[in-house]
Amino acid sequence: MSAIDLAIVGAGPAGLAAAATAAELGLSVTVFDENTAPGGQIYRGIEAVAGPRARDLAVLGPAYAAGKAVVERFRASKAGYSPATTVWLVQKDRRLGILRDGKASMVEARRVLIATGALERPVPIPGWTLPGVMLAGAAQSLLKASGMVPAGPVVLAGNGPLLWQLAAQFVAAGVNIAALLETGSAYKAALPHLPAVVLAGGYLAKGLGLIASVRKAGVPIRRSVEGLRAVGKGRLQAVEFTAGGRAERIPAELLCLHQGVVANAQLGMAIPLKHEWVEAQRCWRPVLDAWGNSDVEGIAVAGDGAGIGGADAAVHAGRIAGFEAARALGRIDAAARDARAAGDVAAWRRHLRARPFLDALYPPARALRVPADDVMVCRCEEVTAGQVREAVRQGGTGPNQVKSFTRTGMGPCQGRMCGLTISEIIADALGKPVAAVGTYRIRPPIKPLTVGELAALE
Amino acid sequence: MSDAEYIVVGGGLVGSAIGYGLLRRGRRVVVLDEGDVALRASRGNFGLVWVQGKGLGMPAYADWARLSADVWPEFYTELTQRTGIDVNYRKPGGFQLCMGEADLAERVKSIDQLRAQQGAKGYDCEVVDRRRLDNIVPGLGPDIVAGMYCPHDGHVSPLRLLKALHKALGNAYRPNGAATAIRAVAGGYSVDAGGITHAAPRVVLAAGLGNLPMCAMLGFKLPVRPQRGQILVTERLPAFLDYPLSGVRQTEEGSVMMGSSREEVGYDNGTTPETMRSIAANGIRVFPKLQHARVVRAWGALRILAPDEFPIYQTVPGHDGVMVATCHSGVSLAGAHALRFAGHLADWRLPEHFSAFHSRRFDVPKTA
Amino acid sequence: MFRRLHEPANAVTIQIDGSPVRAAPGDSVAAALLATGNPVCRQSPASGADRAPFCMIGACFECLMEIDGVPNRQACLVPVREGMQVRRQARPTPVGAVASPADKVAS
Ligand SMILES: Cc1cc2nc3c(=O)[nH]c(=O)nc-3n(C[C@H](O)[C@H](O)[C@H](O)COP(=O)(O)OP(=O)(O)OC[C@H]3O[C@@H](n4cnc5c(N)ncnc54)[C@H](O)[C@@H]3O)c2cc1C
Ligand SMILES: Cc1cc2nc3c(=O)[nH]c(=O)nc-3n(C[C@H](O)[C@H](O)[C@H](O)COP(=O)(O)OP(=O)(O)OC[C@H]3O[C@@H](n4cnc5c(N)ncnc54)[C@H](O)[C@@H]3O)c2cc1C
Ligand code: FES
Repeated sequence: MSAIDLAIVGAGPAGLAAAATAAELGLSVTVFDENTAPGGQIYRGIEAVAGPRARDLAVLGPAYAAGKAVVERFRASKAGYSPATTVWLVQKDRRLGILRDGKASMVEARRVLIATGALERPVPIPGWTLPGVMLAGAAQSLLKASGMVPAGPVVLAGNGPLLWQLAAQFVAAGVNIAALLETGSAYKAALPHLPAVVLAGGYLAKGLGLIASVRKAGVPIRRSVEGLRAVGKGRLQAVEFTAGGRAERIPAELLCLHQGVVANAQLGMAIPLKHEWVEAQRCWRPVLDAWGNSDVEGIAVAGDGAGIGGADAAVHAGRIAGFEAARALGRIDAAARDARAAGDVAAWRRHLRARPFLDALYPPARALRVPADDVMVCRCEEVTAGQVREAVRQGGTGPNQVKSFTRTGMGPCQGRMCGLTISEIIADALGKPVAAVGTYRIRPPIKPLTVGELAALE
Repeated sequence: MSDAEYIVVGGGLVGSAIGYGLLRRGRRVVVLDEGDVALRASRGNFGLVWVQGKGLGMPAYADWARLSADVWPEFYTELTQRTGIDVNYRKPGGFQLCMGEADLAERVKSIDQLRAQQGAKGYDCEVVDRRRLDNIVPGLGPDIVAGMYCPHDGHVSPLRLLKALHKALGNAYRPNGAATAIRAVAGGYSVDAGGITHAAPRVVLAAGLGNLPMCAMLGFKLPVRPQRGQILVTERLPAFLDYPLSGVRQTEEGSVMMGSSREEVGYDNGTTPETMRSIAANGIRVFPKLQHARVVRAWGALRILAPDEFPIYQTVPGHDGVMVATCHSGVSLAGAHALRFAGHLADWRLPEHFSAFHSRRFDVPKTA
Repeated sequence: MFRRLHEPANAVTIQIDGSPVRAAPGDSVAAALLATGNPVCRQSPASGADRAPFCMIGACFECLMEIDGVPNRQACLVPVREGMQVRRQARPTPVGAVASPADKVAS
């Protein structure tokens, strides 16, 4: 098989914008995504909602509707699209291992763009493995993809823009929200970044609008919530917490947790690309140059997978990566790239100015980053924070040694749900910065495939 | 400065087992190790405690491998008692499966040679034909014609083993500091590691591939090289396999390990899709039903190999206070290292028959 | 646990543990499951505790189900199809429950 010019992993705003841009400049492009339709996380299900499910648009709101144009431009381009395709391997030599319809194969590309977006940060609280406890983004995905909302009483807990957005969407859909529990927002710390967020345009007004709509609907709101726990026998029955020194218990059928989103760095880490710890966002991101190029020749990263910047920034980052791919493959020269990308570079920078404010306003709560001993931190292998600390005391020097000794990160999610927590706990126990402690070495396949599929790899 | 009698450089399975063996004899030891990220075969191996087929061409090694399997049960019990950690050692005997008649003939021949070599001591290994094998290991694929069974073979969780040894070492285990210098000083040797200078009369170099630079500092060219092995591991499966097989085993947690390749690629411990594919294909040849199991991870790790793949135990030429210990099967030999080898180190005298393990064996010019 | 804002126009029917479940064409299997009264998709292999879909974006691997005979598929990524057979997964039999294997060879 001859190599394609540009292989893109992820059909979210970054990947779609990059694909359209590169294809418009004459590159052969294929976008691989494990979902069945384009849009990524933010615009999940957008084609269906823009078409037959138009009634749901009122609930999902205008920010979601903006995805229509992004997807249309991609569809109008000559870029190829391989949906329902998992990328389980990217090699340094720019070969991709893909899995589609139970068939595994290798694809060669002259350039690779990783646009795998974000994941929700893990929210380890007592009881978070109970059926009835989900991430807020999960509930939102159900709304986007299937037009579904909680049937019974629901509690939203945590912090971050997405939590308020979900609450606003639930309100618009007439959902009975039993309570919104905010685990703490740091207005004082965020204040110095206020001018920047204003200049970034729209972000502040949007956020305040969401909060206002939730308040107006009379949703009970608790601030500075601590000691959050999900309780129930085999199923969630209630949410317990303290707020303002008072212990409370709210019966609920569903608890939606959220502590912000973090870069989904799994694929890049498995190559491995060089990564760095971002203190402000408390997550890892690949080390990139101004054009999104990683330390491995021909492999670039754009969008939230390069560090959280939001959907609008992702579109511009994707376009910038598209121009850079055309330059790297000799379609345009550096001067032409600079000229064409200038508008996107300026817009990208403007959108990123909103981040310091949002990052400072919604820091993940310490009790959720560094949970108490009895809290399960690795859901796959059922390992508690206490077991991790014990492994550290017995000479477990970092995440990889602790993984060997406790089996954290050895399940099928390979650390997506525990990696950050493990690094945080170890750093805390050793009194070292997380950057010095490091993280798991991610190994392929980054998503499981069957022995049979692997044996038949083409 | 420390008042240790022994400095063990390397906290993998070899260094940790030796350190533990010295400690349980009441010796004062420090075991120096690197940190979280290191070349560490002890964290990437297959977990077999294996005897069959080992030592053809070196009777001393055949004996040593067998002795280790013999003392492993005692080692296991003691380690569990001391640490409370069950390292899941099981000794049901193991099978080397034979794919086709030619393979079987080859295996039988080498076991016959071993038996001849071992003479009066005998060699426990029998051919189990396919009909009998089906009752013992159900679900094998059509290419398997027989299995070679050795009752001394077993398996263990190598990760739990390393964890238990570190726990047993307690304060003697000093991670996060690679030894960067070794020199002779009055009354022994000093070793710099992690900003600290340790000194002791005796040093044991058991740092895996890290022994190469350490030996070089003492002017000794240790004849070992890295050899990569890749391993696949599946999600947890229902229990179906009671025995360790040479290339497939089911762990206590239920996941199935498949491996491992032999690749001469220097210090690259990555994985390749081609090798992953061939390991998977081999796994299905052994157990067709494995085709539906999901591979959750693959990894590469580096063996520490001498040219003849046998261990090297010796003092560094010109440095009687520095012992080198390195081997290809540090899991299998952990029992012997802890319960026997450490005893030789306590006396600082290797028994006569250990001369077979000296690297001078490579100096002898081979006759045609 | 979840309800639909609007009834699907051309619903498909899948079987979950033998019971018919109506779903909309764009739904994932996990979504169809969550629209029933019982969100449990499997028992955890480590302890056997009940688990339900958690992230709905293919990251957590909680939603593993047997779909059309193939176990451990991520139900949140697999779209429903008419007639699909879906099963909740039980914990795999733990290792170590077997009687002394050494005797087997001897006999
Ligand atoms: C659950 C969730 C919901 C969110 N909802 C919103 C929202 O409503 N509003 C908002 O402003 N922001 C939201 N965000 C934040 C969101 O990350 C960004 O705003 C935006 O979607 C980022 O765009 P992107 O192109 O970088 O990545 P994404 O949109 O995340 O797209 C990445 C795509 O890559 C695919 N992918 C990842 N790994 C692989 C692989 N190995 N093989 C194949 N495909 C792969 C993913 O399935 C996904 O489709 C959400 C984030 C999450 C995690
Ligand atoms: C794929 C594979 C499968 C295997 N399967 C088996 C099997 O089934 N059964 C079996 O018996 N054996 C097996 N082995 C071999 C076994 O893993 C090794 O023999 C054993 O782990 C070697 O242990 P070691 O302590 O010598 O080396 P290592 O495990 O490599 O440890 C060396 C240690 O020394 C440390 N170190 C290095 N340099 C320094 C320094 N300068 N200062 C301080 N510390 C240092 C390192 O950090 C490391 O911790 C396998 C090996 C591989 C690669
Ligand atoms: S619900 Fe998380 S992977 Fe499917």
